Amino acid sequence: MDIANQLQRQFMDYSTSLHREGFVDDQFTQLQKLQDENSPDFVVEVASLFFEDCEKLINNMARALEQQQGVDFKQVDASVHQLKGSSSSIGAMRVKNVCIAFRSFCEAQNREGCLRCLQQVTHEYSLLKNKLQTLFRLEKQILAAGGSIPIVE
Amino acid sequence: MGVESGFSSPRNDVFPAGLRVLVVDDDPTWLKILEKMLKKCSYEVMSVDGETSRVMKGVQHGACDYLLKPIRMKELRNIWQHVFRKKIHEVRDIESLEGIESIHMTRSGSDMFDDGHLLGGEDITSVRKRKDADNKHDDKDLSDPSSTKKARVVWTVDLHQKFVKAVNQIGFDKVGPKKILDLMNVPWLTRENVASHLQKYRLYLSRLQKESDIKNSFTGMNHSDPSSKDSTASFGHHNSMNVMQDDLSNGAYSFSVNNSLAQNVDLKGHEGDRKGITSVPVAEPKGALSIDIPDPNKAKSSHISFDHSLGSVDSGLNFASFNSTNLVQYSWSKIPEIQFKQECEPLQLENGFSQLPLPGSHHHMQTEYLQPSASISSGPSITEKEASSSRIEVKPMYDEYGRNHVKHLSPMEAVDLFPVQSKNHTLHNQVFEPISTSTSSMKSPDVSLNWLTDLEFAQRNLNGGAGIPFTSLSEDIQVCWLQGDCYAMNFGLQDFDCTEYNDPALIAEIPFHLYDAPRFDHDHLFDPAEYSALDKGLFA
Repeated sequence: MDIANQLQRQFMDYSTSLHREGFVDDQFTQLQKLQDENSPDFVVEVASLFFEDCEKLINNMARALEQQQGVDFKQVDASVHQLKGSSSSIGAMRVKNVCIAFRSFCEAQNREGCLRCLQQVTHEYSLLKNKLQTLFRLEKQILAAGGSIPIVE
Repeated sequence: MGVESGFSSPRNDVFPAGLRVLVVDDDPTWLKILEKMLKKCSYEVMSVDGETSRVMKGVQHGACDYLLKPIRMKELRNIWQHVFRKKIHEVRDIESLEGIESIHMTRSGSDMFDDGHLLGGEDITSVRKRKDADNKHDDKDLSDPSSTKKARVVWTVDLHQKFVKAVNQIGFDKVGPKKILDLMNVPWLTRENVASHLQKYRLYLSRLQKESDIKNSFTGMNHSDPSSKDSTASFGHHNSMNVMQDDLSNGAYSFSVNNSLAQNVDLKGHEGDRKGITSVPVAEPKGALSIDIPDPNKAKSSHISFDHSLGSVDSGLNFASFNSTNLVQYSWSKIPEIQFKQECEPLQLENGFSQLPLPGSHHHMQTEYLQPSASISSGPSITEKEASSSRIEVKPMYDEYGRNHVKHLSPMEAVDLFPVQSKNHTLHNQVFEPISTSTSSMKSPDVSLNWLTDLEFAQRNLNGGAGIPFTSLSEDIQVCWLQGDCYAMNFGLQDFDCTEYNDPALIAEIPFHLYDAPRFDHDHLFDPAEYSALDKGLFA
């Protein structure tokens, strides 16, 4: 039990830091609350869906922006919009914020700006992925140690 | 994402666990989340990957609620109440089957989220959907706040088409609401709904008759403004109404209606109940287009209701396009109607409009919308600037709406419908801003958008500041204002100002007549969902 407690504390700290640093927001907490015995891996599943979606969208954007003959900003914008929606569904605040800036560059048809944002989005996405994977690992460890996952408000 | 809930037993008094919810979304992440949330509420979930047509169906079917994303559990828990309540109302009315109510959840996207607001920013297409939402929701729950009120039926184009078909099938003289109801086969429609719609329809038809008689006598009226002639001419030929679409930048829209005062009854847009013009196939209607002004109750005190019967709507009116985006909803109240009339009367026939010899009690005003490139202010102005308003231009509103409102709410641009006119030269191309209200405060969140304008405003804007005389309301045009409950913009007509028109060129004749107050209420179920569905942005 000691280990479990330790892990739980670690988990809570980590969780808090994620919130504090803006990686996730309240929506993520909601998701965590939705998790129950019926769907013990709910958050992990949602996160995986999100990551897949994210990668796909980022690829779309990259491809659209690479077009030498003329960037279809509408397409880029559509992808960014979708990403924005997805990220808000999971509470990925930082990703979402980059998307907001990204969209205005799209509207302004600013290729340079868009490319920069794309880079940022990719970066934020990787960061988030790592953080969440760490979090999920902690969760697994807690469960393995016989503890329960604390809800961090 | 659309949610439909069906009741297995209408008289269920307990929490309808097992309420079926259909979730439609193109984002798999959201789908999963919602599924889970709904399951937690013991709803039965059917999940579908969103596609415009599907959601449209859901909406047309009678979405009774909107929820904006991100969705909160508490909102979900509450939806059943709204659905249930509506159900109760309906059940009481009908002898028949259980209705299906849908809750329409749309993908608000990050915009909403950002704004923390029901109506998001650019994401929402104006039309109706977006329009300024009622700010009453703190959450992003757009659920129908007026669920306690009696539901109003919105006569969409489709619905009306069914209705007309049924009527024709039965035979116009033998027609009766019960028969029509049966033929139409729309489960959630009540006999009362049909009855009132039938009444309106009959009136509309008779008005058409009268109008065509009168119009014939108007031939040869002269316009003071030669230019208008051109436009009229162009109107005659031009069939398309450019409605502001997504691209709001271009606010001009022109209606061109053929001049045939065809009494083509078979208008979709008809008589009055065109509330959600979800898809008004312009091609079909020939004849007057009437737009009903919805729910006067919602309007602010000084609202005016218009009945516009568009003289001839021809393929010229591309309602379809119209619908796609921004529709503005207006709520008119009857009370001011009368006042309005009085105010306006003196204005007519001013400034050299000799031509408006309004027949008898019936003023024919037809508005023609010129292709007002210049005059109409650009869309964006509207929503964005609230203050500036009272001058709301029809066009812009359109734009704005399209843009700034919740997707779902697509207000119908009732205003746009006005112009259809006619055939004659008598009715010239005056730009008519039928809107009388002055307050056009278009605040996005503000529900009461009285955008209908100030005549002055309209006039000014419409044609470089020409004044548009607002003739009496007793015109044949029926204006159907879509009333948006929720966020959508509720426009109230306030202060009706009849301003004189300074520029004779701009005279617009609008035939419209005020609707009787009683007709507007109760039968209409306003479903913002319906409009919103149309909103393209929704499915972006």
